[in-house]
Amino acid sequence: MSERVPILKIGDVLLVSIQFDLEDQMVMDLQEDLSQRIVDTGAHGVVIDISALEIVDSFVGRMLASTAAISRVLGAETVVVGMRPAVAMTLVELGLSLGGVRTALNLEQGIGELRRSRRNGPVPR
Amino acid sequence: MTSSSQPVEESDAQESPITGNGDVVKARQAVRALAQQARLSLVDQTKLVTAASELARNTLSYGGGGTMRVSIVTRAGTTGVKAVFSDQGPGIPDVDLALTDGWSSGRGMGLGLSGARRLADEFTLESAPGRGTTVSVVKWAR
Repeated sequence: MSERVPILKIGDVLLVSIQFDLEDQMVMDLQEDLSQRIVDTGAHGVVIDISALEIVDSFVGRMLASTAAISRVLGAETVVVGMRPAVAMTLVELGLSLGGVRTALNLEQGIGELRRSRRNGPVPR
Repeated sequence: MTSSSQPVEESDAQESPITGNGDVVKARQAVRALAQQARLSLVDQTKLVTAASELARNTLSYGGGGTMRVSIVTRAGTTGVKAVFSDQGPGIPDVDLALTDGWSSGRGMGLGLSGARRLADEFTLESAPGRGTTVSVVKWAR
Protein backbone atom coordinates (compact mmCIF):
# COMPACT_ATOMS: atom_id res chain seq x y z
CA MET A 1 0.00 0.00 0.00
CA SER A 2 1.30 3.44 -0.85
CA GLU A 3 1.66 6.32 1.57
CA ARG A 4 -1.53 8.33 2.24
CA VAL A 5 -2.02 12.01 2.93
CA PRO A 6 -3.48 12.45 6.45
CA ILE A 7 -6.95 14.01 6.80
CA LEU A 8 -7.55 15.80 10.12
CA LYS A 9 -10.96 16.62 11.58
CA ILE A 10 -11.46 19.87 13.47
CA GLY A 11 -15.07 20.38 14.46
CA ASP A 12 -17.10 19.96 11.29
CA VAL A 13 -14.16 20.79 9.02
CA LEU A 14 -11.73 18.35 7.45
CA LEU A 15 -8.21 19.61 7.01
CA VAL A 16 -5.83 18.23 4.42
CA SER A 17 -2.33 19.60 4.47
CA ILE A 18 -0.26 18.40 1.54
CA GLN A 19 3.30 18.49 2.80
CA PHE A 20 5.29 16.92 -0.01
CA ASP A 21 5.38 16.39 -3.73
CA LEU A 22 2.68 13.82 -4.49
CA GLU A 23 2.79 10.95 -6.92
CA ASP A 24 -0.29 10.71 -9.10
CA GLN A 25 -1.51 7.60 -7.29
CA MET A 26 -1.39 9.43 -3.94
CA VAL A 27 -3.41 12.26 -5.45
CA MET A 28 -6.11 9.81 -6.52
CA ASP A 29 -6.02 8.02 -3.14
CA LEU A 30 -6.45 11.35 -1.38
CA GLN A 31 -9.57 12.16 -3.37
CA GLU A 32 -11.08 8.80 -2.51
CA ASP A 33 -10.14 9.00 1.18
CA LEU A 34 -11.49 12.53 1.46
CA SER A 35 -14.84 11.66 -0.12
CA GLN A 36 -15.20 8.76 2.31
CA ARG A 37 -14.25 10.91 5.31
CA ILE A 38 -16.85 13.53 4.37
CA VAL A 39 -19.54 10.87 4.39
CA ASP A 40 -18.24 9.22 7.58
CA THR A 41 -17.96 12.45 9.57
CA GLY A 42 -20.74 14.54 8.04
CA ALA A 43 -18.23 17.37 7.68
CA HIS A 44 -19.54 20.60 6.22
CA GLY A 45 -16.25 22.01 5.11
CA VAL A 46 -12.92 20.89 3.65
CA VAL A 47 -9.73 22.93 3.71
CA ILE A 48 -6.90 21.81 1.46
CA ASP A 49 -3.62 23.48 2.35
CA ILE A 50 -1.21 23.49 -0.59
CA SER A 51 1.29 26.00 0.81
CA ALA A 52 4.07 23.40 0.73
CA LEU A 53 3.51 22.56 -2.95
CA GLU A 54 6.16 23.97 -5.27
CA ILE A 55 4.10 23.22 -8.34
CA VAL A 56 0.50 22.37 -9.21
CA ASP A 57 0.29 20.78 -12.62
CA SER A 58 -2.85 19.94 -14.59
CA PHE A 59 -3.22 16.60 -12.82
CA VAL A 60 -3.24 18.09 -9.32
CA GLY A 61 -5.26 21.09 -10.55
CA ARG A 62 -7.88 18.76 -11.95
CA MET A 63 -7.93 16.84 -8.66
CA LEU A 64 -8.56 20.08 -6.74
CA ALA A 65 -11.41 21.02 -9.07
CA SER A 66 -13.05 17.61 -8.98
CA THR A 67 -12.57 17.28 -5.21
CA ALA A 68 -14.39 20.58 -4.72
CA ALA A 69 -17.22 19.33 -6.96
CA ILE A 70 -17.43 15.93 -5.24
CA SER A 71 -17.41 17.53 -1.78
CA ARG A 72 -20.22 19.87 -2.77
CA VAL A 73 -22.33 16.96 -3.92
CA LEU A 74 -21.66 15.35 -0.54
CA GLY A 75 -22.70 18.50 1.31
CA ALA A 76 -19.30 20.02 2.11
CA GLU A 77 -17.71 23.22 0.84
CA THR A 78 -14.03 23.11 -0.14
CA VAL A 79 -11.54 25.92 0.19
CA VAL A 80 -8.02 25.58 -1.21
CA VAL A 81 -5.56 27.66 0.80
CA GLY A 82 -1.94 28.74 0.66
CA MET A 83 -1.23 28.69 -3.05
CA ARG A 84 2.17 30.25 -3.74
CA PRO A 85 2.18 33.22 -6.12
CA ALA A 86 4.50 31.49 -8.61
CA VAL A 87 2.16 28.49 -8.61
CA ALA A 88 -0.86 30.71 -9.27
CA MET A 89 0.90 32.45 -12.18
CA THR A 90 1.93 29.11 -13.65
CA LEU A 91 -1.50 27.52 -13.28
CA VAL A 92 -3.23 30.35 -15.09
CA GLU A 93 -0.67 30.29 -17.90
CA LEU A 94 -1.07 26.53 -18.12
CA GLY A 95 -4.74 27.17 -18.81
CA LEU A 96 -6.27 26.19 -15.48
CA SER A 97 -7.95 29.01 -13.64
CA LEU A 98 -9.73 26.75 -11.10
CA GLY A 99 -12.94 28.68 -11.65
CA GLY A 100 -15.07 26.33 -9.59
CA VAL A 101 -12.70 26.17 -6.64
CA ARG A 102 -12.91 28.57 -3.71
CA THR A 103 -9.53 29.76 -2.56
CA ALA A 104 -8.14 31.75 0.34
CA LEU A 105 -4.69 33.07 1.09
CA ASN A 106 -4.12 31.03 4.22
CA LEU A 107 -5.63 28.52 6.61
CA GLU A 108 -7.16 31.14 8.89
CA GLN A 109 -8.93 32.91 6.03
CA GLY A 110 -10.02 29.58 4.60
CA ILE A 111 -11.69 28.54 7.82
CA GLY A 112 -13.22 32.02 8.08
CA GLU A 113 -14.67 31.57 4.57
CA LEU A 114 -16.24 28.27 5.56
CA ARG A 115 -17.74 29.75 8.74
CA ARG A 116 -19.22 32.62 6.76
CA SER A 117 -20.77 30.44 4.11
CA ARG A 118 -22.11 28.11 6.82
CA ARG A 119 -23.88 31.08 8.42
CA ASN A 120 -25.15 32.54 5.18
CA GLY A 121 -25.87 29.32 3.37
CA PRO A 122 -23.79 27.96 0.52
CA VAL A 123 -22.54 30.42 -2.03
CA PRO A 124 -24.05 29.70 -5.45
CA ARG A 125 -21.47 28.89 -8.09
CA MET B 1 17.78 39.04 -26.03
CA THR B 2 19.17 35.69 -27.03
CA SER B 3 19.50 35.17 -30.73
CA SER B 4 18.28 31.80 -31.91
CA SER B 5 20.99 31.68 -34.58
CA GLN B 6 23.78 31.46 -31.97
CA PRO B 7 25.20 28.04 -31.14
CA VAL B 8 23.91 26.35 -28.01
CA GLU B 9 26.34 24.70 -25.61
CA GLU B 10 25.20 22.00 -23.27
CA SER B 11 26.54 20.88 -19.88
CA ASP B 12 25.60 18.92 -16.76
CA ALA B 13 23.39 16.62 -18.81
CA GLN B 14 21.70 13.79 -17.00
CA GLU B 15 19.34 11.19 -18.31
CA SER B 16 16.76 9.36 -16.25
CA PRO B 17 14.11 6.79 -17.03
CA ILE B 18 10.41 7.58 -16.84
CA THR B 19 8.81 4.22 -16.35
CA GLY B 20 6.70 4.64 -13.21
CA ASN B 21 4.71 7.19 -11.21
CA GLY B 22 7.65 7.86 -8.92
CA ASP B 23 9.78 8.82 -11.92
CA VAL B 24 7.49 11.76 -12.67
CA VAL B 25 8.28 13.11 -9.20
CA LYS B 26 12.02 12.44 -9.77
CA ALA B 27 11.86 14.20 -13.15
CA ARG B 28 10.37 17.28 -11.47
CA GLN B 29 13.13 17.23 -8.84
CA ALA B 30 15.91 16.86 -11.43
CA VAL B 31 14.57 19.77 -13.48
CA ARG B 32 14.12 21.91 -10.37
CA ALA B 33 17.75 21.26 -9.30
CA LEU B 34 19.15 22.39 -12.66
CA ALA B 35 16.75 25.34 -12.84
CA GLN B 36 18.14 26.54 -9.52
CA GLN B 37 21.69 25.93 -10.70
CA ALA B 38 20.96 27.98 -13.83
CA ARG B 39 19.58 30.75 -11.59
CA LEU B 40 16.16 30.87 -13.17
CA SER B 41 13.76 33.11 -11.26
CA LEU B 42 11.35 31.36 -8.94
CA VAL B 43 8.45 31.92 -11.33
CA ASP B 44 10.46 30.57 -14.27
CA GLN B 45 11.59 27.57 -12.21
CA THR B 46 7.96 26.88 -11.35
CA LYS B 47 6.88 27.19 -14.98
CA LEU B 48 9.62 24.88 -16.24
CA VAL B 49 9.07 22.26 -13.53
CA THR B 50 5.33 22.33 -14.23
CA ALA B 51 5.93 21.92 -17.98
CA ALA B 52 8.30 19.03 -17.22
CA SER B 53 5.70 17.41 -15.02
CA GLU B 54 3.12 17.53 -17.82
CA LEU B 55 5.57 16.12 -20.35
CA ALA B 56 6.88 13.40 -18.02
CA ARG B 57 3.33 12.26 -17.39
CA ASN B 58 2.63 12.21 -21.14
CA THR B 59 5.76 10.12 -21.69
CA LEU B 60 4.49 7.68 -19.09
CA SER B 61 0.81 7.48 -19.92
CA TYR B 62 0.76 7.98 -23.67
CA GLY B 63 4.27 6.92 -24.68
CA GLY B 64 4.30 3.86 -22.46
CA GLY B 65 7.41 5.14 -20.67
CA GLY B 66 10.66 6.60 -21.92
CA THR B 67 13.44 8.88 -20.78
CA MET B 68 14.08 12.45 -19.78
CA ARG B 69 17.35 14.18 -20.54
CA VAL B 70 17.88 17.44 -18.72
CA SER B 71 20.83 19.79 -19.15
CA ILE B 72 22.11 23.31 -18.64
CA VAL B 73 22.31 25.19 -21.94
CA THR B 74 24.11 28.42 -22.76
CA ARG B 75 23.68 30.60 -25.82
CA ALA B 76 25.27 33.99 -26.36
CA GLY B 77 26.06 34.29 -22.66
CA THR B 78 22.55 33.41 -21.52
CA THR B 79 21.95 30.32 -19.39
CA GLY B 80 18.91 28.11 -19.48
CA VAL B 81 17.66 24.63 -18.84
CA LYS B 82 16.60 22.16 -21.48
CA ALA B 83 14.53 19.06 -20.85
CA VAL B 84 13.95 16.47 -23.55
CA PHE B 85 11.35 13.72 -23.19
CA SER B 86 11.52 10.72 -25.52
CA ASP B 87 9.43 7.64 -25.86
CA GLN B 88 9.06 4.82 -28.33
CA GLY B 89 5.29 4.79 -28.03
CA PRO B 90 2.58 4.94 -30.68
CA GLY B 91 3.40 8.54 -31.66
CA ILE B 92 1.01 11.37 -32.32
CA PRO B 93 -0.89 11.12 -35.63
CA ASP B 94 -1.92 14.78 -35.75
CA VAL B 95 0.57 17.03 -33.97
CA ASP B 96 -1.34 20.24 -34.67
CA LEU B 97 -4.48 18.77 -33.18
CA ALA B 98 -2.58 17.47 -30.15
CA LEU B 99 -1.30 20.99 -29.49
CA THR B 100 -4.80 22.43 -29.41
CA ASP B 101 -6.04 23.51 -25.99
CA GLY B 102 -8.62 21.11 -24.70
CA TRP B 103 -7.87 18.38 -27.17
CA SER B 104 -7.37 15.16 -25.31
CA SER B 105 -7.09 11.52 -26.20
CA GLY B 106 -9.41 10.88 -23.30
CA ARG B 107 -7.70 10.71 -19.94
CA GLY B 108 -6.55 14.25 -19.29
CA MET B 109 -7.87 17.76 -19.69
CA GLY B 110 -5.96 18.36 -22.88
CA LEU B 111 -3.70 20.94 -21.30
CA GLY B 112 -0.50 18.93 -21.06
CA LEU B 113 1.17 19.62 -24.40
CA SER B 114 -0.36 23.01 -25.14
CA GLY B 115 0.23 24.13 -21.56
CA ALA B 116 3.85 22.99 -21.60
CA ARG B 117 4.37 24.91 -24.81
CA ARG B 118 3.01 28.10 -23.23
CA LEU B 119 5.12 27.68 -20.10
CA ALA B 120 8.40 27.17 -21.96
CA ASP B 121 10.46 29.69 -23.94
CA GLU B 122 11.22 27.14 -26.64
CA PHE B 123 9.23 24.06 -27.52
CA THR B 124 9.76 21.42 -30.15
CA LEU B 125 7.79 18.28 -30.83
CA GLU B 126 8.76 15.46 -33.16
CA SER B 127 6.46 12.55 -33.60
CA ALA B 128 5.22 10.12 -36.17
CA PRO B 129 2.79 7.22 -35.88
CA GLY B 130 4.66 4.13 -34.71
CA ARG B 131 7.93 5.95 -34.22
CA GLY B 132 7.54 7.50 -30.80
CA THR B 133 7.54 11.07 -29.62
CA THR B 134 10.26 13.50 -28.57
CA VAL B 135 9.33 16.77 -26.94
CA SER B 136 11.85 19.34 -25.78
CA VAL B 137 11.41 22.50 -23.75
CA VAL B 138 13.90 25.24 -22.87
CA LYS B 139 13.56 28.00 -20.31
CA TRP B 140 16.14 30.80 -20.33
CA ALA B 141 17.28 32.84 -17.35
CA ARG B 142 16.33 36.49 -17.73
